[in-house]
This record gives sequence, structure tokens and C-alpha cells, in this order.
Amino acid sequence: MFDFLNKYASLMHFYRLSRRLSQWLAPLTAVLMCAGVVGGLWFAPTDYQQGDSFRIIYIHVPSAWMSLFVYMSMAGAAVSILVWRVKVAEIALRCSAPLGASFTFLALVTGSIWGKPMWGTWWVWDARLTSELILLFLYLGIMALQNAIEDRRVAARAAAVLTLIGVVNIPIIHYSVEWWSTLHQGPTVSKFDRPSIHLHMLIPLLLMSVGFTTFYISALMVRMRTEILRYDRKTNWVREIVTTHHGSPSSV
Amino acid sequence: MTPRRKRLLIIALTVAGIAVAAGLILAAFEKNLMYFYSPSEVARGEAPDNRPFRLGGMVVEGSVLRQPQSLGVWFTLTDMAEESMVYYDGILPDLFREGQGIVAKGQFNDTGLFVASEVLAKHDENYMPPEVADALEKAANPQSNRTP
Repeated sequence: MFDFLNKYASLMHFYRLSRRLSQWLAPLTAVLMCAGVVGGLWFAPTDYQQGDSFRIIYIHVPSAWMSLFVYMSMAGAAVSILVWRVKVAEIALRCSAPLGASFTFLALVTGSIWGKPMWGTWWVWDARLTSELILLFLYLGIMALQNAIEDRRVAARAAAVLTLIGVVNIPIIHYSVEWWSTLHQGPTVSKFDRPSIHLHMLIPLLLMSVGFTTFYISALMVRMRTEILRYDRKTNWVREIVTTHHGSPSSV
Repeated sequence: MTPRRKRLLIIALTVAGIAVAAGLILAAFEKNLMYFYSPSEVARGEAPDNRPFRLGGMVVEGSVLRQPQSLGVWFTLTDMAEESMVYYDGILPDLFREGQGIVAKGQFNDTGLFVASEVLAKHDENYMPPEVADALEKAANPQSNRTP
């Protein structure tokens, strides 16, 4: 069973699989995001309280969700690194961290831009905002740790440990608005009863969220392919790719 | 036990340990993590009395009183159980209105008036077009024609 896993977790097989995955994920991302933007800016009705300002939700909420989703994927990769020493997971963890940091940064910035006209302030130190800021620092810390250690396999293990330590922050972010009184409002979509958002506003939000997810996966695949080529640069299969595509290195 | 299972167990125990530690720390800082106090908590004397704190609640309908020729405004905050009167001299956020949840930062003066230095609006997690909000409002109290 482990032979089978190792074969499919091998960098060469992953490289090929990832190219096929990208071929249809990238166009899907473009379609979903275009539909989401048009739906969100054009078809969604204005909000009864916030007017058109609420439309920043179509960037803010998907980025915030992705900041948590990317972290949970990294935690999954971290377990695979520490328990099974999976090389692909090491590369996935390394390549995911900057993406997660970007989503977190985007969530914080759009939240701030949304907060100023609605709440009356750019920033408050309430539980939701603070825990999300800690998440950004966690991502940056993981990136820094990975780059500080020269041996890539040791670096991957250290980053995996730090990732798992930070996992405790994820439920804190999610439940912060329920456990403590915060300026940030409670969950709209992810609660057990009906989402408290009008259907015509919800559909573009879901489109954007799925689009952000496929964007993350396609961006991750591109980053991982580059990283795999660097990692396996001394092997024959990489040499073959480079010779076949000689003169047009961008097509790998 | 294989080395893999052993490593998995160590990871599970470490993560559980960190979770427990974080839980204890957060429980210890419970008070400091609360962004605002409600009028009921103030009435029970749980709010700090010699330093500024945040008071959160809903602006009572018809309680907003503006001082002519200045930005001064009085209003009452409620959490449906207790009420506190607030005075604020400054620019209110756009979402400030009667029936809206807001958070005011300040301190009680000697007469029991909460003098705020900052007022932030809190909006709820509901998003809907104005027509739907109107319809809901009418269904809730049929005699009122107020647009929210």
C-alpha cells in the first residue's frame, strides 16, 4: 500500500497530474470569478442598511474563508510531513504559505475598507480582527522559518511543527464572534439554520468563494510545479522536460 | 506500535495539549476579550468604574436628542433589559440610527451619564434588499409604516 502511495506521491507523477489539473482549473476559475463579479456588482440588490457598500463582501468573505481553508490544508500537509514524510506535502506546505498570507492580508485590508464607512473605524482590537491578524503573523512566521533553514527537509519539518501549533487559532477565529462580544457581526452563511442573506446576494458570494478556492488550487499547482522542478533538477525526468522544451522554458 | 503510529500519536497529543492550554488562557482573559459591556452588565456593576470602557447596545427608538448648534447628541442604549443614557459630541457613523446596534467608548460621569469619546456602529449579519426589509418590518408590526 505504501509503495502505491509513494508512486503517486512521487514528484514526477504529481507534476504530470498537476499539469492536467491546471488545464481545466484555470479556465474554471476565470468563469466562476467573472460570474461572481458580474452577479455581485450588477445582479445582487443593494442592502437595506449598507446600500452598495456591502458589495465588498464579495471579496472580503471569500478571502477570509480562504485564509482559514489554506491554513487547514497546510495543517493536513504538516501531518503528512511529520508522520509519513511525504515529499509532495513538503512542497505543498512551502508553496501554500504565501498564498494563505495573501488571502489573509486581502481579508484584513478589505475588512478595514469596509469598516471605515460602516462601523466608523478602520481597525478595532476585537477578538475577530485580532485573531485574524495573528493568523497573518503565523503565515509570515511559517514562511520566515522555512527560509531560515537551509536544509529543505529539515525546514519542512520545522514549518510543519509551527503550522500544527498555530492550528489552535483557527477555531478561535471562527467562533470569536460567538464566544465574545465583538464589533464584527456574527456568521451569515455558515450557521445551521438558513443563511441570513437574500438568495440573490448569496449566489454571487458562493460563486466567488468556489472561484477563490479553484484559484488557490491553480495558483498552488503552478507554484508547486516550479518548486518540483527545482527540487528534482538533477533527475532524468526533469532533464528530459528541459531538453524537450529547450528554448521555451516558460511552457514547462 | 510502528514509528508512524507513534508520530501520529505524538502529534495528536501535542495539538490537544496546545488546545487545552489555549483554552485555559482564553478563559483566564475572558473579561479582557470582551469588546464591550452591555447595559445589564453595567447595572450589575461588572463594568470598570474608574477607567474608560466600551458600552454596546441598541439605540432606543425616539431617544435621540440633538443639541442645537453643535454636534452634541444624547441617546439611550438598551440590551432589552437595562438602559444607559449616553452623551456624545462628535461625528456619528453613517449607520447610526434609532434601532441600530452601536458601541460607545467612554466613562460614566458623576450624574450617571455615559460620556462617549467614540461611537462605532455595529451592523448585523443580515443582508437583504430594502423591499424585503420593509416586508419583514410590516409583518412584524402591521401598524407601523416606518421604513427602516
